Amino acid sequence: MTTSLLASASPSFPILPALVFTPMIGAAIIALLPRTRPELSRQIAILSSILTGIFSIVVLVKFQTSDDGFQFVVTQMWVKALDIKFILGVDGVSLFLVVLTGILFPIALFAAKPEHDPKGYYGWLTLLMGGCMGAFLALDLFLFFLMFEITLVPLYMLIGKWGHGRRVYAATKFFLYTMLGSAFMLVSIVSLAVLAKAGDGGAITFDFTKIIASDNLAVSTGRWLFLGMAIAFAVKVPSFPFHTWLPDAHTEAPTAGSIDLAGILLKLGTYGFLRFGLELFPEATVWFAPVMITLGTIGVVYGGIVAAMQKNLKRLVAYSSVAHMGFAIMGLFALNNEGVEGSVLQMVNHGISTGALFILLGFLYSRRHTYEISSLKGIAKVAPVFAGIFTVVMLSSIGVPGLNGFVGEFLVLLGTFMAHRWWAVIAAVGVIIAALYLLWAYQRVFTGEPDEENKNFPDLRTSEKLAILPLLALIVFLGVYPKPMIDRIEPSVNRILTRMDQQVDSYEKPSTQKGSELGEITVEVKGEGGH
Amino acid sequence: MVELVWLIPALPLAGFLLLVFFGKRIGEPLSGWIGTAAVALSFVVTAIVFVGLWNKPEHTYSLELFEWIPAGDFSVNIGFLLDPLSMAMISFITFIASLIHLYSIEYMHGDDRYPRFFTYLNLFVFSMLILVLGDNLVMTFLGWEGVGVCSYFLISFWFEKDENARAGKKAFITNRVGDWGFMIAIFMTFFVFGTVTYSEFLPLSSGLAQTTATFIAVMLFIGAIGKSAQIPLFIWLPDAMAGPTPVSALIHAATMVTAGIYLMVRVNPIIAASAEWLPWLIAIVGIATAFLAATIALAQNDIKKVLAYSTVSQLGYMFLAIGVGGYTAAIFHVITHAFFKALLFLGAGSVIHGMHEEQDMRRMGALRKLMPVTAITFIIGWLAIAGVPPFSGFWSKDEILAYALAKSPILYVLGLITALLTAFYMSRLVFRVFYGDARWGESAEKEVENLNEHDTETAAEVAHDEAHAAHSHHPHESKWKMLVPLVVLAFFSAVAGVLNLPFSHSTEFLNTWLEPVVGANEASLNLSGAKLTFELALSTIIAIAGIVAAYFVYLKNKLDARLIELPFFANGWYIDKGISDFVGGLGQKGFELIAAFDRVVIDGAVNGIGRATRGGAARLRTIQNGYVRWYALMIALGTVLVLVFVLSQVSFS
Repeated sequence: MTTSLLASASPSFPILPALVFTPMIGAAIIALLPRTRPELSRQIAILSSILTGIFSIVVLVKFQTSDDGFQFVVTQMWVKALDIKFILGVDGVSLFLVVLTGILFPIALFAAKPEHDPKGYYGWLTLLMGGCMGAFLALDLFLFFLMFEITLVPLYMLIGKWGHGRRVYAATKFFLYTMLGSAFMLVSIVSLAVLAKAGDGGAITFDFTKIIASDNLAVSTGRWLFLGMAIAFAVKVPSFPFHTWLPDAHTEAPTAGSIDLAGILLKLGTYGFLRFGLELFPEATVWFAPVMITLGTIGVVYGGIVAAMQKNLKRLVAYSSVAHMGFAIMGLFALNNEGVEGSVLQMVNHGISTGALFILLGFLYSRRHTYEISSLKGIAKVAPVFAGIFTVVMLSSIGVPGLNGFVGEFLVLLGTFMAHRWWAVIAAVGVIIAALYLLWAYQRVFTGEPDEENKNFPDLRTSEKLAILPLLALIVFLGVYPKPMIDRIEPSVNRILTRMDQQVDSYEKPSTQKGSELGEITVEVKGEGGH
Repeated sequence: MVELVWLIPALPLAGFLLLVFFGKRIGEPLSGWIGTAAVALSFVVTAIVFVGLWNKPEHTYSLELFEWIPAGDFSVNIGFLLDPLSMAMISFITFIASLIHLYSIEYMHGDDRYPRFFTYLNLFVFSMLILVLGDNLVMTFLGWEGVGVCSYFLISFWFEKDENARAGKKAFITNRVGDWGFMIAIFMTFFVFGTVTYSEFLPLSSGLAQTTATFIAVMLFIGAIGKSAQIPLFIWLPDAMAGPTPVSALIHAATMVTAGIYLMVRVNPIIAASAEWLPWLIAIVGIATAFLAATIALAQNDIKKVLAYSTVSQLGYMFLAIGVGGYTAAIFHVITHAFFKALLFLGAGSVIHGMHEEQDMRRMGALRKLMPVTAITFIIGWLAIAGVPPFSGFWSKDEILAYALAKSPILYVLGLITALLTAFYMSRLVFRVFYGDARWGESAEKEVENLNEHDTETAAEVAHDEAHAAHSHHPHESKWKMLVPLVVLAFFSAVAGVLNLPFSHSTEFLNTWLEPVVGANEASLNLSGAKLTFELALSTIIAIAGIVAAYFVYLKNKLDARLIELPFFANGWYIDKGISDFVGGLGQKGFELIAAFDRVVIDGAVNGIGRATRGGAARLRTIQNGYVRWYALMIALGTVLVLVFVLSQVSFS
């Protein structure tokens, strides 16, 4: 198993370490720069993030589509006594999250400037990029944990120092909440490393592929350890009921912080569920699936309802993220190809759409210095380009087919329908609610006659249009032609589900009734209809 | 020749792309001409493709462009299904859309967002064509949502008025309620068949368990109710009149709102496999909507509102047709209705234009002399919708009624009553606008004062516009770009009945043409000579009775109109108000309650735990000094320590 997983040979240039260390080196250089040269720190931040972005595109181009294992794997022994290794690898599941990180960070750097202390701001942002890359690529549990934690500090600083209003409260809440979740994860990881010892000839190991291969967990142990991981990830996603740090963090965060928080960091949670939940604990995953699907469904409907009642645009988008990430959770625990692949698509598409939404809100804030819906009005009349772009992004977020948001949401609901029919029927209501809160907000902010305060709202500048353009292109492209993306995701998802099939007796992939007697469904429909 | 089918949606798409990027630079009127040309060319290609399909013995052609969403067992293509049904749909869609584009060149003249209008209009035509040409449910859904989005854009086209923006939002969200059903139907279809492609699952439908088939059909019907404005989701359509009048003609009368009927006809094998009560449900919803909307139309004073409720009512007829198994009759009425309702809306637009944006019929009258072409064409449209032979509406409506009679006399009688109401309210409209006394210009003020006494509902609005009305110029006839579409549509409204005359099989062209798609599940209708004559005669009498009644009420004033125009009808049976009150009242309260729950209970618990912990850790107070820089320092220090430890352990084996 180990050898097959790591089958693809490392390329001559260590491109995955480059993804992690280019931004980190950039951050180190910025730290060494004198305060008197703020423009230099911006240049280095942009340079290192663009370079990283280019590397991520190279990975995308060179990625072997049909290969279901980890590619570009780099292994370096680190702490020999504990068998902690520096292992990086990418598969179809992490590929697009890596590319998303590579694209979204430079855009966030372009789109928003700090109001003060640029040096620290740029330093923390580039460090954050390196941490995210590391977390998506790490194939060693300790390394993953380290990277997962590294991402906390920069974001804490960004919110606490460059945020608005109650920034210290929000930053502290974010930090403590996620830290608490991580504590559970650490317990699980260490236990797993120690327990893996028994199966692997007596040596402790944090090596992901080795642990998977050792496969000697007792059922109840697996469930406990899964739960530890699940708490950390559920806080990160955030899944209902662990979500209340998110609106506070988003509202107070500076624009770039919001973009990266919604676009990338939340995906650490769902990605974590997939890599270190579904793949690591197949039995526990199957066992917990109904609970997780329920939480996901609640998140979709509940997040949407609460979003509709928000008076602050950033809080609204934050709650919409709770709803969207609810879909991602549902898809993962539908445990079939449609659901899991839809979930990965949903992660990436949410990153694109919500990232774009926060960029646009940043433009808005730089003009009006408010996110309050009630103080905005009639902007479409004075800023038609801004309104037009906002409309496209909004429709993508609503899940209108032809744009990117639809594909993931649709596949997630389809997959869930086959696994837990009535949850999908309920969650599909979220599609109505999404239209409600976004169109309602749009109507209040953009339509009508602009009042005195809003009638001099300047339309987008060329540089702003350029910053948002790549995301708009992706929104349309991935909506019309998602096939290349799905083609690369599918083999890895197959690998995970096949393993689940082999390891868990009670697991049977929820799928269509095609080929069976069409009459049999009758019984099911009737039976379930009785609930 | 059929291979060109992809060009039919591609041309409006190209028009859209050109206008979305360069529309502003192209400006008026060229952007209008480009938009019109794109759709007109699409119509030309449709005609060519039609000839090609005609010559193919099986009358079917499918074209796969590329794989759209493949995941696991699921796969959908961007592919087109050209068969008699989609052919019939795209023919009248591209034809009427071309005319309405041409009309809009003049109608939208001088608008600030002139190019934008044609951008949306082209995108709409593209989406509509995708909707009917798609070879699978998800493609249809793509078009379905696309037309919904365009409808949203165009209803709130003049978004500076809050009311228009609200109407657009309402339309989209109400439609989304229906879309929920559509999506569930897609999931169920895939679940049982493993495919959502029409040509693959429809032939298998007869083997479907009845409950499953019913489930799918009900969910699709919910979708259709939303899009085609049936009870209880019809509330968005009257508000949609906030959009420019060509939009009302194209989207909210001729094409988009008939998508629900198209969908139900498309999946007729599923309906056939459903429980007995399902067709009954469709028929009852249809006839109830038809009747209800007709009563509301009786009491409206806004010319576009009358036509809007009339559209809801006519769509009800089409659902009645589906419910009683008259699929061809449904499509027949879709087509004739598209002609005469587009004509009526465009005529109304011409009137509104000529009256300088006046929409209130109480300030119109005697316009036939000043707007002769508009008047004559409008009168043809009126006779068609009223069901006067030999105009088109007579034949299509009569065919629906014939099927209704075969199913149940009650449905038939209700259908006749609705037909009577239709003839009545349309005559009322025509008499008030084109005949009688001129109530505009100098005489307006006095008239308005009289009206105010017994109509408090719109009093404020009327008073507000009073000054404007008094200053208005004389009404004038529109220019040729608006009149040509009127004349062409009037011609087809008059003669489109020949598509399917009931006298013999050889005159039932549409029946024969649609036979491969719906023939197997169509109710059998045996119209012998005497029965046919009776039904045709009765329909004629009903139509004429409605017109004569309106003549006595509105031109001869034999009966006080207030006895008919009840406030209950004028306010739409208070259904819209009831739903709005619920959504704005209890619904919003519920939402607020959940939001408060989130704030107080969930977040409260989090902060509570936080506070408790902090209180307990009072001894660690020295660290909790509240300075961010202090926290940052500690975190950085900790990180460094961990890193130092880790790096010291690195071994380069």
